[in-house]
Amino acid sequence: MSRTRSIKVGTLARVEGEGALHVRVAGDRVTDVKLEIYEPPRFFEAFLRGRSYREVPDITARICGICPVAYQMSSVHALEKILGITVHPSVRMLRRLIYCGEWIESHALHVYMLHAPDFLNYPDVLTLARDHPDRVKKALELKKAGNDLMTLLGGREIHPVSVCVGGFHRTPSPSALLPIRDPLRRARDLAVETVEWVRTLEFPDFEQDYDFVALSHPEEYPFNEGRLVSNRGLDIAVEEYEEHFHEKQVPHSNSLHSVHKGRAYHVGPLARFNLNFERLPESVKTLARDSGMTPPCRNPFKSITVRALETVFACEEALRILEEYEPPPKPRVDAEPRAGTGCACTEAPRGTLYHRYEISADGSVVSAKIVPPTSQNLKRIEEDVRQLVPQLLNLSDEEMTRRCEQSVRNYDPCISCATHFLKVTLERT
Amino acid sequence: MKSKASSRPRVAVFKFASCDGCQLSLLDAEEHLLAVAGAVDIVYFPEATSIMKDGPYDIALVEGSVTTHEDAERIHRIRRQCRLLITIGACAVAGGIQALRNWQDVGEMTRAVYPTPGHISALKMSTPIGYHVPVDFELKGCPISKGQLLEVLCATLAGRKPSIPTYSVCLECKRRGNVCLMVAEGVSCLGPVTQAGCGAICPAFGRGCYGCFGPMETPNTASLSERFRLLGQTDAEVTRAFRTFNAWAWQFRKAGEEAERT
Repeated sequence: MSRTRSIKVGTLARVEGEGALHVRVAGDRVTDVKLEIYEPPRFFEAFLRGRSYREVPDITARICGICPVAYQMSSVHALEKILGITVHPSVRMLRRLIYCGEWIESHALHVYMLHAPDFLNYPDVLTLARDHPDRVKKALELKKAGNDLMTLLGGREIHPVSVCVGGFHRTPSPSALLPIRDPLRRARDLAVETVEWVRTLEFPDFEQDYDFVALSHPEEYPFNEGRLVSNRGLDIAVEEYEEHFHEKQVPHSNSLHSVHKGRAYHVGPLARFNLNFERLPESVKTLARDSGMTPPCRNPFKSITVRALETVFACEEALRILEEYEPPPKPRVDAEPRAGTGCACTEAPRGTLYHRYEISADGSVVSAKIVPPTSQNLKRIEEDVRQLVPQLLNLSDEEMTRRCEQSVRNYDPCISCATHFLKVTLERT
Repeated sequence: MKSKASSRPRVAVFKFASCDGCQLSLLDAEEHLLAVAGAVDIVYFPEATSIMKDGPYDIALVEGSVTTHEDAERIHRIRRQCRLLITIGACAVAGGIQALRNWQDVGEMTRAVYPTPGHISALKMSTPIGYHVPVDFELKGCPISKGQLLEVLCATLAGRKPSIPTYSVCLECKRRGNVCLMVAEGVSCLGPVTQAGCGAICPAFGRGCYGCFGPMETPNTASLSERFRLLGQTDAEVTRAFRTFNAWAWQFRKAGEEAERT
């Protein structure tokens, strides 16, 4: 005898932006999974047209308050390709440094405030703090170190003001960076503690045969440069992105989904870790192995451990850069505008972020295309829920709902990012 | 006996069209977050908690602008449920960057972004919350300053008026000891017409203010536009300078449209 169960989460909590999840089960068969996006569209690609290329990084930052640096980085790298600009190695280092700040801040936010409450069955971090005050205070201190690094380099942590096409508006002297060194050393220890803490969480026995996609660089763990690779042999230049990744409309879903060779794929920390493990410093590799984390890790719930490991990496990388940094001869390289098209991928905390721009000879934007990591993961998120639900059939509706939401949060989805791109419906259930 | 939790003011955080950055400022107030959470009862804040209680609310913080039919109705439902409504950030206060659609054809924009635009239900304009319902306090900024957010919350809890300066960025810039970029280097700067609150970070980073805190109390935009032209800016550039994150704030709107007409 079959019974139809319907799980509806009208407002997904602890994700950035507004979305809903619908799951329909008939007997032991999942008949429908929809991650519905009702966050309103904001039309960034449309109103970027006609703006000067110089304005682009400040405007695209406003797509996301959680990862503005990612938007600034993908846009400046794409535009610099058009203008033929190669930045000074010190500028390149500073860009990695500000990205480290964003990874620390964003990962700490997700690990402690958005994801950990799922594993421990709390509604939020504030309630968690009543039982684990020290853990939460340390979490906030870790997050603050990331924010303080961004503020030091960019004036503020949300929509920093220093990044520009060609470099930075102003670059710091080595002594100006000194005050952040001790907080980062402390943050590194706190991040190691985080790894040791999250590894004790209980992980559902759930593995999927993913197509992982991430940037890969011959010498370093990727931020701003590299080729796009996958665990199934993809190895392409970023310029070939649109030949291999397509947006597809799904009959029963109102959002567009990115697909690679017709399949869902997975971007983000788990993909980066699996594809770039050898580029991590020895210390982080050892910590990972000691925590039972060796690639390939195919359990998406363990992304929380990978975020913690990447936080350790970001702290160590930031400290390394502080040791080696020497100011560039000038903060930015200027170039005459010229007509052309350029694209770039960088690794946002949530995964690969693709930007392409066409500009005219006077430097104004003719067209823009932006594909955020969450848009690329949407189809994969739905498939995970579809695969997970059959394991949860014996649970109450409430518990099943909670576990489905946790599975969505494995991807740290940022719906604010995704909506200028997604097909949006206003049907709410 | 009334429980401790129920005697604290009930606070709700709502989101409309926005980037999430201003509500994130609350979570970014790391040293003060637990103190704030101890002083109020956060009963609705989807970005941070699975707890979602119905109103009435003592204080509603509203981020984002109204861009859909449904949101134009939702803000009225929220207003009816809350005693004080505080808007946070340029989207909620002035319509945000998405208000650039207000000078364009939304149908055409939809077709430019979405391959199958049929189901996009977007209003022709992005409008501030205060256009739809009465607002008790508007906190400016793209993003807001978390220090100012804490001041607004503390003042509201204490029943006093928030101490938020309405003078220009120039005052903060002078106090910071910056050399005036416009005078010394001929750099266009919106500081003279923009409300303080950011700490004059752009001039401190060697670039002109781009107006993310919106217009100050009585800005002389006509004079500044003239100065921009003397510095060599075209009318189109002057318009674009005013037309960013607070483009629909009437003072900036007027300045942008005046430059467009000349």
